[in-house]
Amino acid sequence: MAKLYLNQSPNKKVENLEPRKETIAFLLNYSKALNVVETKNKKTFETILN
Amino acid sequence: MKKIKTTTDATLVKSYIDGNEEALSKLINRHQQRIYNFIFSKVFDRDITEDIFQDTFIKVIRTLKRGKYNEEGKFLPWVMRIAHNLVIDHFRKSNRMPKFENKGDFNIFSVLKDEKLDAEKLMVKDQIENDVRNLIQELPEDQMEVLIMRIYKDMSFKEISERTNVSINTALGRMRYALINLRKVIEKHNIVLTN
Repeated sequence: MAKLYLNQSPNKKVENLEPRKETIAFLLNYSKALNVVETKNKKTFETILN
Repeated sequence: MKKIKTTTDATLVKSYIDGNEEALSKLINRHQQRIYNFIFSKVFDRDITEDIFQDTFIKVIRTLKRGKYNEEGKFLPWVMRIAHNLVIDHFRKSNRMPKFENKGDFNIFSVLKDEKLDAEKLMVKDQIENDVRNLIQELPEDQMEVLIMRIYKDMSFKEISERTNVSINTALGRMRYALINLRKVIEKHNIVLTN
């Protein structure tokens, strides 16, 4: 056989990482601000409250 | 022994849907590391991981608030699936868009690329095609014959069956075994046939 290719996988070690505090704060604030309204014909509207 | 009582994901999800924002905080806190590391293990970039993590939970929040969540008891696998899909979306987008890294001195060739003139890709493609041809030579005669007629000569199975004096089913069977055997050789030798 002419040539065999090696199966090269990215052998990078993944440390235990965590999201930034700002990201978590954004998500919690987004959740608090998000308001979903359901209309009579079962359609939903999303509003972001300040 | 001290007994630790933990609230299940399903309970927290229900509580959140009922309006308890604190429940979301607990859910994120409980699973953030696993989801974040999962995303990072695919993209190897902190900023992209952060974006995908955020988009994942935005989807989670919207789905829960819309009352569309119906996988009670399987919260983490559901979130992981959302994250996985967003990772795939990210790679699809990044393949479509040329990447430009601003390192001070602008180099036009970092954003412009002529696919047709990529000599390295052409060489790899040729090498792969050569290797496949060599692998085909390793197949039993009858299987090799069918595979060459089908793939290289673009003949239909009806034509192949007439040419080789066998039934269509036999020709189909030979093609199937040819592919199975090719896969076996490829796996056995750990060969990667991608460009």
